[in-house]
Amino acid sequence: MTLKVKQVPKSETEFMTGADLFIQTLVDEQVDTIFGYPGGAVLPIYDAVYRSKASFKHVLSRHEQGSIHAAEGYARVTGKPGVVIATSGPGATNLITGITDAMMDSLPLVIFTGQVASGVIGTDAFQEADVLGITTPITKYNYQVKTIEELPRVVKEAFHIASTGRPGPVVVDIPKNISAEVTGGSYPNTFSLPGYQPNVNPNPLQITKLAETLSHAKKPLILAGAGVLFSKASAELKEFAEKYELPVANTLLGLGSFPGSHPQMLGMAGMHGTYAANMALYECDVLLNIGARFDDRLTGNLQHFAPNAKVAHIDIDPAEIGKNIPTAIPVVADAKAALQALLAKDIKTDHEDWQKGLQHNKLTFPLWYDRSDELLSPQWLIDQIHQISEGDAIITTDVGQHQMWTAQYYSFDKPNKWVTSGGLGTMGFGFPAAIGAQLGAPDELVVAVVGDGGFQMTLQELSVLKEQQLPVKVIIVNNQALGMVRQWQESFYEERYSESLFVENPDFVKLAESYGIKGVRIEKEADAPEMLEEVFSYNGPVVVDCRVVQKECVYPMIAPGKGLHEMIGVKR
Amino acid sequence: MKRIITATVQDRSGVLNRITGMLHKRQFNIDSISVGKSETEGISKMTFVIEVSDHQNLEQLTKQLNKQIDVIKVSDITEKAIVARELALIKVGSNGHQRAEIQGIISPFRASVIDVSKESMTIQVTGKPDKVEALIELLHPYGIKELTKTGVTAFLRGHQPKAVTDLHATPL
Repeated sequence: MTLKVKQVPKSETEFMTGADLFIQTLVDEQVDTIFGYPGGAVLPIYDAVYRSKASFKHVLSRHEQGSIHAAEGYARVTGKPGVVIATSGPGATNLITGITDAMMDSLPLVIFTGQVASGVIGTDAFQEADVLGITTPITKYNYQVKTIEELPRVVKEAFHIASTGRPGPVVVDIPKNISAEVTGGSYPNTFSLPGYQPNVNPNPLQITKLAETLSHAKKPLILAGAGVLFSKASAELKEFAEKYELPVANTLLGLGSFPGSHPQMLGMAGMHGTYAANMALYECDVLLNIGARFDDRLTGNLQHFAPNAKVAHIDIDPAEIGKNIPTAIPVVADAKAALQALLAKDIKTDHEDWQKGLQHNKLTFPLWYDRSDELLSPQWLIDQIHQISEGDAIITTDVGQHQMWTAQYYSFDKPNKWVTSGGLGTMGFGFPAAIGAQLGAPDELVVAVVGDGGFQMTLQELSVLKEQQLPVKVIIVNNQALGMVRQWQESFYEERYSESLFVENPDFVKLAESYGIKGVRIEKEADAPEMLEEVFSYNGPVVVDCRVVQKECVYPMIAPGKGLHEMIGVKR
Repeated sequence: MKRIITATVQDRSGVLNRITGMLHKRQFNIDSISVGKSETEGISKMTFVIEVSDHQNLEQLTKQLNKQIDVIKVSDITEKAIVARELALIKVGSNGHQRAEIQGIISPFRASVIDVSKESMTIQVTGKPDKVEALIELLHPYGIKELTKTGVTAFLRGHQPKAVTDLHATPL
């Protein structure tokens, strides 16, 4: 027997709940995709989703972590805020990794969590968690909605804060009684944030100073970070670099902001960066950082970072300027506005010797790898994917060896094609992020390059791939190990491979098939080109188990505690 | 070095938690915080005394405070002409004949006795932190049973002399 609560049927025009009002605010923000998972405290919201006639799409994940990483992938490729809904307690806590990841990598997200009813908050009620307390240090801002009247304003503010200035995640916690409350009213959504006024336009004096400094530079260098991508300034960066013949290095997250195949491009800098990029950072006399935060994986030992350089730093977030590296010319501004101001200046440049030296480094010390007779060489695999996709795919990754090889060998020529977990370094990010990326860019080829470790952290999202009919290609760089952990144990722990080698892995082909998805295994380089061709021409999702050499290491490398000029593995 | 920093903030729920959380996360050592409503409705004033290691660290502190959405204005007033006050309540052990003696000690500090029992008396003192500290020091021999301080609250004097660097080099 089923017990049913008796309900008086109501016509749809008869009542409006807080949840309906909430959905209306999302429609007003032109939200087209929601990544979510229902539960007790968001039942009124999901009822409103069900009844809504608006044309947004709701994507049901299989774990809240899947929802939030998908929203990150969506935000990265579209530039629009990713929207997430989860229930109270465990629903909200399952989002924590993704929220922190978005905070570290400045991704605009607006996350709505259900909360127990206002009257029982603080009583350790069923599925209650202090979401505000938990998320305060990992969000740009957060709210708990106190009354239905403030709901439209809070949502409006949340979208504004998430997507302006330096983007970031904003959490809005909505108690169940508020989403369930019946209302007839409409409420104002006007807001005032006197403490939040991001500075977009650069100070003209600093721009003049910067132009003069560049005019006197003998060894200038541009370091381009993700800020260039967020401000959609790739075209301005290219024009600026070409006009004054300035060499460019990228951070990991800045890849794609300047064409990877451009003659002035030195490649990625940092722990696994190119010799040319790292030596340019070490030797330059003027370093212009545009939208990067001098992360420790980029700088190496701070004492040896750009020791002779006068540093100029363009950043929308003033707190990043001077945080790690003393900065002579601070420019608090949007990257695009600053580059436009610089382009209007007359800068004289004369640094032919410097450029010659950099080109010499580029040619003499390129990235290298060995081919394999047995299994696949992982670097070669990435090279192959680059060729087959003509360097034009959206690529997502987890963290680790496969991520570094992808960054090194998939030369990104266009912006917003590179979706990776940089700051937090989150395993399990790449696959769900690819789902969000494909939903955000339905006409593009999306490839998730993942490790066998990371993939197993979020592979339940294969159901979503099937359900949403998304043609994502999942490339598992399968070395039966936690490759980067294994590499560090080899290099720094005398080959004591503690808990980093997998004895058992699932049969990924059968696994994919059980989800109704095509599965392929590639074990030999000789078979790979033809099989990959088949995978990429297949109209639908494919999981490709690529068996790669386990002992392969990521080189070159700056060992922890070492300086930019102390790279190892530069040559075979 | 100790700095006195004031912040004008929007009086929104969780603002104190957000700011102390940030200070904790970024490893700043808080000597004291005092918070209260300001002359404007919806705006609160916070006064921090915070230990910083150097000027770069100080710059980070003010920038991170400024970055908070609720923070409207941040000022490092350490080297300005300021009025800074804190209040302390001090419960000291005292029998009958010690009371007069303690009275004698506290009167130059313009402190007052606000509670007396058989074995103790409670003294209230207001002033700059060094004055409060000096009184506490003098009362130590009598046995301090309980002590509580509000932390410093401060703002700029109405008139700022042109060169203020020498005037208040070390106000604390």
